[in-house]
Amino acid sequence: MDIRNLQGYASFFMTIFLVVMLYGYIVHLYRSEKKGEKDYEKYGKIALDDEVTSKPIEGDSHTKNESEEHK
Amino acid sequence: MQSNAALEYDYSVAKLFTYTTILFGFLGMLIGTLIAAQLAWPELNYLIGEYGTFSRLRPMHTQIVIFGFTLSGVFATFYYVGQRVMKVSMAESPFLMFMGKLHFWLYFVGALAAVITLELGMTQSKEYAAFEWPIDVVIVLVWVIWGISVFGLIGIRREKSLYISMWYYIATFLGIAMLYLFNNMSIPTYFASGGIGSIFHSVSMYSGTNDALVQWWYGHNAVAFGFTVPIVAMVYYFLPKESGQAVYSYKLSLLSFWGLMFVYLWAGSHHLMWSTVPDWMQTMGSIFSIVLILPSWGSAINMLLTMKGEWNQLTENPLIKFMVLASTFYMLSTLEGPIQAIRSVNAIAHFTDWIPGHVHDGVLGWVVFMIMAGLFHMAPRMFKREIYSKKLMEAQFWLQTTAVVLYFTSMWIAGITQGMMWRAVDEYGNLMYSFIDTVAVLHPYYAIRALSGVLYLVGFLMFAYNMIKTMTSSRVLTEEPQFRSPMA
Repeated sequence: MDIRNLQGYASFFMTIFLVVMLYGYIVHLYRSEKKGEKDYEKYGKIALDDEVTSKPIEGDSHTKNESEEHK
Repeated sequence: MQSNAALEYDYSVAKLFTYTTILFGFLGMLIGTLIAAQLAWPELNYLIGEYGTFSRLRPMHTQIVIFGFTLSGVFATFYYVGQRVMKVSMAESPFLMFMGKLHFWLYFVGALAAVITLELGMTQSKEYAAFEWPIDVVIVLVWVIWGISVFGLIGIRREKSLYISMWYYIATFLGIAMLYLFNNMSIPTYFASGGIGSIFHSVSMYSGTNDALVQWWYGHNAVAFGFTVPIVAMVYYFLPKESGQAVYSYKLSLLSFWGLMFVYLWAGSHHLMWSTVPDWMQTMGSIFSIVLILPSWGSAINMLLTMKGEWNQLTENPLIKFMVLASTFYMLSTLEGPIQAIRSVNAIAHFTDWIPGHVHDGVLGWVVFMIMAGLFHMAPRMFKREIYSKKLMEAQFWLQTTAVVLYFTSMWIAGITQGMMWRAVDEYGNLMYSFIDTVAVLHPYYAIRALSGVLYLVGFLMFAYNMIKTMTSSRVLTEEPQFRSPMA
């Protein structure tokens, strides 16, 4: 088998792999929302409530808020 | 949070890039209009000797609108949107502020050098990658500095979760970095020829079909990561913010993002159909182009559904009009592209005027409309003044929409006519037309395209005037508008 055939097969199987990954991601998104582990739609509000003084939708333990609170 | 009471977003870098968006937008579109007219009336090639010929100006048009106008718009909106969705001000980090300003000035000097060298005819002759290696080095530096700004801002953010627009900006950064480096691998002819060539003029390190493959992997993905991904980043922020409606489905936005990332990179070989690249690669390019409809329409439909129940805003707010029309043109061009990538259609469409027709309904209708809408939205917040004229904005909208429709309809007709004439044979199998026969038939459509260029350029001047008046003499706002941008 020459290199061009190998490239063709590699491309084909990588495509299949990535398709499975992508569909897996869809299932993951909907399943984790159904189980109540995540609420993805709340992130849409980040664009609407975006003042520098607004309360973050999801605060980060490593970010300024907390470090400022510790001061 | 007490200490943050007086903290404000710092838009100084966003403002600088806003100015260059307007400057390079005007310059790029002026040259575009001139070269469109040159195709209709060839005597216009000889206005200023070698400096005004189509061959000299066409690369300038494409590079200026891509690297001048669009990238300025991407940077301007990033330095605005990035701060807001991560709830962190550039003013909080003197280092990032310095990098932001360095980013702008290095970019501006590099852009001027790029324009001058292209006008002098210094080019490595690769489409959308025309700059000689010293300018490539500057572009890489500019890109690295932008990366420091992007990830630096992410590093000090307050909002833990990265809004979908940020994902798209990050993808823009990574995508272009990879594409630009690989496609611009070149060697000065001085070294390639053993000392008789030039130190500044370089040739690609790839040759033949390999060069073509890398070039169109780059060329198509420059459209992906320059004209699509960052513009989607903009619409995901500006449309919800201007309309006051959260994005219709955040899950769909995530899904479309990964779909786009997965599919887009493989579609570029459709530019090389019916050429010497391996057959399976042509088929792959065609299939991936068609699959690409799904993530593209996923984002576009998500945008249109964001307006669900709020369609009255379309008649009341011209900025919403710009953004909804941009999303609609995104849908149109992402359906048209895959159709052109079907082998049998491509046999007619390839090398014809249908291709620039397709490119321009995407860039004029989607990219430029979205960037202008973004800057219009940012202006009252950055300059603390209301938008100078709603009427002017309305007039600009209709003028430019007419221009886009004239552009793509004339090029559709011209392209298909051209493709059919090239293939037409008589009963003995002889070609029925010579090349010049097609040129004669296409002349009226070239004239219509030149007219559409003039209309679009006038519309862009109206935008520039409206922006400059907004910056300088519009009514001062006492407080920042929450959603809808105030306009007189």
